[in-house]
Amino acid sequence: MLETIWFVLWGVLWTGYFVLDGFDLGLGLLMPFLAKNDTERRLVFNAQGPFWDGNEVWLIAAGGVTFAAFPKTYAVMFSSLYTPLLLLLFALIFRGISLEMRSKDPATWWRNTWDACMTGGSFAAALLLGVAFANIFKGLPLDKDGILQGNLLTLLNPYGLLGGALFVLLFSVHGSLWLTIKVGGELRERGAAMAARLWPVLLAVAVAFLGMTAVVTDLYANIGRWPVLTVFPLLAVAGLAGTRFFLARRAWWKAWGSSAATIAGAAAFGISGLYPRLLPSSIDPSATLTAFNSASSALTLSIMLGVALLIMPIVVAYQSWVYRRFSFEISAEDLEKGNAY
Amino acid sequence: MDVLFLSRLQFAVATYFHFLFVPLTLGLSLLVAIMQTKWYRSGDPDYLRMTKFWGKLFLINFAIGVVTGITLEFQFGTNWSRYSIFVGDVFGSLLAIEATSAFFLESTFLAVWFFGWDRISKKLHLASIWLVAIGSNLSAFWILAANAWMQSPVGYEIRNGRAELTDFFAVIFQPFEVLEFIHTIGGAYILAGFFVLGISAWHLLRRNEQTFFRKSFSLAAVWTLVFALFEVLQGHMNAEILHHKQPMKLAAMEAHWETKAGAPMHLILWPDAENERNSVEALTVPSLLSILANYDPDTEVKGLKSVPPADRPPVLPTFLAFRAMVGLAFVFIALSAWAVLKRGDPEGSPLLLKLLVFAIPLPYIANELGWTVAEIGRQPWIVYGVMRTSDAVSPIAGSQVAVSVVAFIVVYTLLGAADFYLLAKYARRGPVESRDAGY
Ligand code: HDD
Ligand code: HEM
Ligand code: HEM
Repeated sequence: MLETIWFVLWGVLWTGYFVLDGFDLGLGLLMPFLAKNDTERRLVFNAQGPFWDGNEVWLIAAGGVTFAAFPKTYAVMFSSLYTPLLLLLFALIFRGISLEMRSKDPATWWRNTWDACMTGGSFAAALLLGVAFANIFKGLPLDKDGILQGNLLTLLNPYGLLGGALFVLLFSVHGSLWLTIKVGGELRERGAAMAARLWPVLLAVAVAFLGMTAVVTDLYANIGRWPVLTVFPLLAVAGLAGTRFFLARRAWWKAWGSSAATIAGAAAFGISGLYPRLLPSSIDPSATLTAFNSASSALTLSIMLGVALLIMPIVVAYQSWVYRRFSFEISAEDLEKGNAY
Repeated sequence: MDVLFLSRLQFAVATYFHFLFVPLTLGLSLLVAIMQTKWYRSGDPDYLRMTKFWGKLFLINFAIGVVTGITLEFQFGTNWSRYSIFVGDVFGSLLAIEATSAFFLESTFLAVWFFGWDRISKKLHLASIWLVAIGSNLSAFWILAANAWMQSPVGYEIRNGRAELTDFFAVIFQPFEVLEFIHTIGGAYILAGFFVLGISAWHLLRRNEQTFFRKSFSLAAVWTLVFALFEVLQGHMNAEILHHKQPMKLAAMEAHWETKAGAPMHLILWPDAENERNSVEALTVPSLLSILANYDPDTEVKGLKSVPPADRPPVLPTFLAFRAMVGLAFVFIALSAWAVLKRGDPEGSPLLLKLLVFAIPLPYIANELGWTVAEIGRQPWIVYGVMRTSDAVSPIAGSQVAVSVVAFIVVYTLLGAADFYLLAKYARRGPVESRDAGY
């Protein structure tokens, strides 16, 4: 029971991370296509300014919870995916640091360097997360000692790459829509146009991914077992439709909310399809790590549950407050006041 | 290539680097909160300008602290997977609690503080910087609980081939943890104090913004002296607990070879680990080590020879790092006491001001030396007396780690250079409000 609760919370943290940091990564990777001059680039940076670090902590918490609740999964996942994880880490380092550094020196080479770090870091992070999760859905070639029989190229199989493309597109649409909320004028129009242009591509990739998922994974099996899980793919589909619908009506918040629902639905579909597995092995079923065979002791899980139930509602409360309070529209004049990146 | 050696090297590079930024975050967040509180209470515009100036330096430093911290969390899984499996039940939860209770708080409210000027009420804005300060110091508490458990494992039992938690409160409130926490934040406050003193001194030497920097100077002088005195009195308790918990670390710190009662302390000494003795021993104070370890000259203090050489930590680095840290502690007291005496007219003592500028790196060195004592002195154990470092490393290819070590060194060097450049630039510019100040 405790194991199942922690599996669900584990899924909630990852989903929260994708929904929240997804738009930061999307904004970052699209920056060269959205912003045409220095002021616009600063607006893109400042559109994620008050949020990105708080969003990134969802990833840190997801990692921490994997360690605490399923130490064996944490150990095998992180060591077997050594190189991709370190690439993800460097991507996040470059993305994060560019926000603080970029506008603190006027030299063109300085700003161009950090802009490139922002774009490259955001793109690499989105891609790697997609590739990693697709491969987890499919199962990694892990032997019974938890050692990966393969290398980085093993992960770059068609399904993995399709997962990477899906994440990049989901986040790009999500990020463009966030821009329509945070800025006005021409930049907003460019964000809206970008989202509208990417939407059909996203649709095509999503359909391909869902189709291929039926072939190379057994994520659908759990839906047969517990039909209520259908709500997740439905949520994703409804979100995708809603995105297009509200975008056409220029209802920015609703469009963004729909794209959040798409991401949440997709993540929840994948993760619930995994249950109870956390890290399936594609070569040796007995090497598969599950919520049961890799869990911490009941005492640790209960203490952690108490802590989570106490703290997470508070975190969600103050983060939502920040979203409400700081989602006001910014313009070039705001950048002059000193408290902007 | 040897995965163990490379993983140790990588962990050391990553933590030493992270800890170049952490202490300033811990200390300066509090100092900035104090400055802003003074402004809130008195309305004195100098305190508002101080909040903004020191706050900007705080932000530049904070950014690197954040991105390098993620490395550390990843590394337990990537490089020390056998360790993670063995200790996850106890250790993982502390990291998870740190993220949920502290990191969310500090990162969210730092953004509120930075972007919230003129956007939220003055009171809420003041509260947000205090929440940042509380969040970062709370994060230190949890991470040090994790570290203290590796130094002195308690509240667990070995079951199912791993350490399972039996008593959570024993883990988080054991004396070792409390002492480690107090000592670490004390060192961090000293560092932040010297940072403010040194930069203020640089400007005072040039007669820039004299009222502004005098105020900063005198606030930091008192603060630094308090914590420098505290650190010495309190540091002694850290050494004392080692007598009970990690006798071999204490023995290595003092290069103490033979187990004996009435153990002396040599003020001048040079260890010779190969021959299991000291090649130089002079200015000996009889029984002092026994007295310091347990307040009793007849206490028996274990010597390094009481365990086989394979169970001893490297003596020379532990010994040297400890001596240097303690030596620096007295330098800090002397300098900060002098600064307190002259705080009414610091420009009148140019020598002091010059020394303070050059003293900025010293507390950085002291902090890193402290970690050298704590971590190298813990070897060969990763969990003291329970698990060896050599049994903890991940079963991965050395070549992967070799590449990542090089990548870390390159990337961190560049990041460090960029950050240092910005800090120096903004520190020298002083409190300029105009827009072209770079933001
Ligand atoms: C929560 C745990 C934790 C914390 C707070 C720290 N360390 Fe540590 N340290 C470890 C957990 C650890 C570790 C994972 O357990 C290592 C890896 C190998 C080992 O024996 O311990 C380690 C090794 C290790 C080594 C290599 C020692 C050797 O192999 O000879 C150094 C130099 C440091 N650390 C330095 C630091 C510094 C500068 C820290 C300040 C932030 C620090 N440690 C905090
Ligand atoms: C080796 C163990 C450590 C791990 C796994 C670790 C983990 C982390 C992580 C993941 C972050 C980023 C948080 C964010 O994005 O906001 C971080 C930042 C931070 N860590 Fe560490 N850390 C370690 C050592 C320490 C120690 C020993 C201290 C203090 C005594 C410390 C204090 C801090 C603080 C104050 C921050 C906030 C950012 C900053 O420093 O500028 N950490 N750490
Ligand atoms: C006379 C003064 C001092 C004494 C007797 C002292 C004693 C100690 C001892 C015994 C340790 C090892 C604790 C362990 O391994 O568990 C330690 C660690 C440490 N020291 Fe000091 N110390 C002194 C001054 C300082 C100063 C001035 C600083 C920094 C400005 C500092 C920073 C540290 C740090 C960061 C650690 C590692 C964290 C820890 O283990 O608490 N120390 N100190």
